Amino acid sequence: MTQRYETVIGLEVHVQLTTNTKIFCGCSTEFGQTPNSQTCPVCLALPGALPVLNQKAVELAIRTGLATNCQIAPRSIFARKNYFYPDLPKGYQISQFELPVCEHGWLDIDLENGERKRIGITRAHMEEDAGKLIHGETVETSSNSLVDLNRACTPLLEIVSEPDMRSADEAIDYLKKLHQIVVYLGVCDGNLEEGSFRCDANISVRPWGQEELGTRAELKNINSFRFIKQAIEYEVERQIDLIEDGGKVIQETRLFDSNSGMTRSMRGKEDAHDYRYFPDPDLVPLVISPEWIEEVRATLPELPEAKRTRFVEELGLTTYDAGVLAADRELADYFDACVTLAKDAKGCANWIMGEVLRKLKETDTAIADTPVTPERLTDLLARIADDTISGKIAKTVFEKMWQNDQTVDQIIEKEGLKQVTDTEEIEGLINEVIAANPDQVAEYLGGKDKLIGFFVGKVMQASQGKANPGMVNQLLKTKLKG
Amino acid sequence: MTIYNLTLAELRTRLDSRELSAVEVTTAYLDRIAATNHEINSFITTCNETAMAEALAADQALAAGDIAPLTGLPIAVKDIFNTTGLPTTCASNILKNYIAPYDATAIARIKAQRAVIVGKLNMDEFAMGSSNENSAFGAVRNPWNFKHVPGGSSGGSAACIAARQAAAALGTDTGGSIRQPASHCGVVGLKPTYGRVSRYGVVAYASSLDQVGPLTRDVRDCALMLQAIAGYDPADSTSVDTPTPDYQASLTGDLKGLRIGLPQEYFIEGLDSDVRKAVAQATATYRELGAEIIEVTLPHTAYAVACYYLIATAEASSNLARYDGVRYGLRAGNAENLIDMYMQSRAAGFGTEVKRRIMLGTYALSSGYYDAYYLKAQKVRTLIRQDFLNAFEKVDTLLAPVAPTPAFALGEKVNDPMQMYLSDIYTIPANLAGTCAMSLPCGFSTEGLPIGLQLIGKPFDEVTMLRTAYAFEQATEWHKRKPEF
Repeated sequence: MTQRYETVIGLEVHVQLTTNTKIFCGCSTEFGQTPNSQTCPVCLALPGALPVLNQKAVELAIRTGLATNCQIAPRSIFARKNYFYPDLPKGYQISQFELPVCEHGWLDIDLENGERKRIGITRAHMEEDAGKLIHGETVETSSNSLVDLNRACTPLLEIVSEPDMRSADEAIDYLKKLHQIVVYLGVCDGNLEEGSFRCDANISVRPWGQEELGTRAELKNINSFRFIKQAIEYEVERQIDLIEDGGKVIQETRLFDSNSGMTRSMRGKEDAHDYRYFPDPDLVPLVISPEWIEEVRATLPELPEAKRTRFVEELGLTTYDAGVLAADRELADYFDACVTLAKDAKGCANWIMGEVLRKLKETDTAIADTPVTPERLTDLLARIADDTISGKIAKTVFEKMWQNDQTVDQIIEKEGLKQVTDTEEIEGLINEVIAANPDQVAEYLGGKDKLIGFFVGKVMQASQGKANPGMVNQLLKTKLKG
Repeated sequence: MTIYNLTLAELRTRLDSRELSAVEVTTAYLDRIAATNHEINSFITTCNETAMAEALAADQALAAGDIAPLTGLPIAVKDIFNTTGLPTTCASNILKNYIAPYDATAIARIKAQRAVIVGKLNMDEFAMGSSNENSAFGAVRNPWNFKHVPGGSSGGSAACIAARQAAAALGTDTGGSIRQPASHCGVVGLKPTYGRVSRYGVVAYASSLDQVGPLTRDVRDCALMLQAIAGYDPADSTSVDTPTPDYQASLTGDLKGLRIGLPQEYFIEGLDSDVRKAVAQATATYRELGAEIIEVTLPHTAYAVACYYLIATAEASSNLARYDGVRYGLRAGNAENLIDMYMQSRAAGFGTEVKRRIMLGTYALSSGYYDAYYLKAQKVRTLIRQDFLNAFEKVDTLLAPVAPTPAFALGEKVNDPMQMYLSDIYTIPANLAGTCAMSLPCGFSTEGLPIGLQLIGKPFDEVTMLRTAYAFEQATEWHKRKPEF
């Protein structure tokens, strides 16, 4: 039944910008502080207080706009969105309406069938966040709601897409891509749970082939990628069922309940606010010079997509490896630092994706805090390359490196892990192994070549892993045949 | 010598020579307020304790030779300015018990000079009115005739200067709220160019029009006060970062080569004959003083009042949304739910005129009406501003009446808002244009009520306007008269 309908999705993403202070006052934006401790006359909306625009927030908006291929407006206007709610102290939200700071952008997403799809970005506008209501948490306050205005006036960038997505998967691809970019840019900490990256989804369905869009429902504030997918899928089914049963989708705002996996109506079109937008007379037009835009452009980091391409085309990684390493900016920087030091991109990639990522995960450590710096890791790779240690022993050394800050050479020395390359010493071990396993020697000589692995293992074991495996292999063959 | 009859400049000399102390001056004014406020009702709050403490501090500064132009001078401020630790009511029930936790920039600036704040002045609620009858603290009476209004909304500010209850006052002017009461009370009142004085900490009525300014007994004092409060403030995005000229230095009395424009649209039917006569006489005086008088036209004047009552009310409807009973101010006690709390709090907290303007403004911004009202009004505002810029290509300053009539009687217009609104017909255009304008005494009606003369200057050219005003004041005696009571 689903196949008879086409899903149309547009997304509005609220990105909390990583400024130290709020968008219209000097209060801290730090999360999780004592309620109302981070407030002042401006964000409390005391009589007579006036907003002053945080220039850093503008810079972050420009940054995001450029990275999402938007045009940066040379002149944009802040407007008041008027409505009453206890978490909105002024009785209006300062936002942008007719002239937003960014317009006409796009992002490309990669579809499952390998094709690329361009998702349009209608606009991105700056605005302030509201405060938070806490409803009766204790017995004394069970019939009250408390207002915490710490979050009020923190800077947001609302990024509005075109209704270009056709499935929940496309929507998630777009969101993940956008998430990755804003985190890469350092404009947002990307924390979905703390609400730093919030998504509203506009969803409608229409019979295949129909030009005209169906009536849409808006899903509010869904706080994980998984829930967004669930919510969209539920909502699409709901709308199709409704139409199939002869009903009509009505324009409304719906809330997703993550417990039941369902959406439910919050308010209909008839209850929609008339926000009475008008230009905020307390703020002057935001003028952004071409010089400012270029200044910001010059500080843009290489974005994930460009990094991936470079890793594949210039460093010869597989698409998969390049994808993993480019996904996180700090991991990619770590990798780049290693490659600069060691030249061996493949070796670096293997080690980072293997041991380094495993250990980070095991110890719940951020890549920025790893004790094995790119310098130390590449020192280790150099000792494998010059045959001082084997790849296997290197893993033991890596473990030790994680625990203390000794150099690779110090660890090898202290632990006696240096590879045995002395022919006589290895021959001695081989002789012992041959003497101890006469049956296997006979079988080998009888044509069972595979048993060479058995002998190599025994010799390596006898050397406590330190014998050079290549030499062991070669000397064994000579001895056994001799 | 009666201390409270001295001007700011005269007090300055006597404080500097130690002939008087700030404590003596402050005591004289506090006594004067105590003896007269029951008749005028110009003060909502008198702050005897803090005033005496400030006077003592001023005397110490004077003794130490640490003297600023306003050190030790008694100043009263409209109750629209936030003043740390003092009630800031805006003459509204909704803020009746509100104590400001911070100082407005204008207040901080006069405090930095160690001026003495003697009290907070009555006004029309949220600066909405032209008669000072819209106050939760009762009407203010005109010191020249208690049966008449002092004008508004800075009625308390103008009346207190006329009644010698403070040496200078601060007011705000959104559509004439400094100039019209100054005219009605026979004092000097100046509305600076929009952006000249910070609005930070001034309770907002209509943000794009509100401007802070002084009310004083003469032009010199006015220049002194403007000097103290003018200048860029990073806390107000609409304040303009331009140097503040030396206003005292502009008081030369020299009018050589000055071109004064008479906007013909300001001398129309409905202009009271006494006012017409006084303004004509003032024009003649200027001619005698050597100024060239030129007729000019401001063709869109007729639309100014309509334009103002759309823009000002639209902004007000939004500015006053914060008085919701949630964080401060009046909260209805027996509300059943959130919406009920909003409605009851605002119903009980706001007066009739404030409600009227909130409704007008909400309507003007509503979906479906925005283009026809708010947007159209903004376009008209641009035309009005252009009228002024065109006129200022031909003249240096404009001369006009302040109000169509002298102070009207208490109660005369309370039931006729349109008539009330029209009393601002000559003052509103300067707010819409954002330029500077002032009122200074130029005569009396046959009834003995003061009449003011309006000068409108080029944007940010308060210097020329003050020079023009000072020359007239030097040539006339009107400013020396004071009400007998």
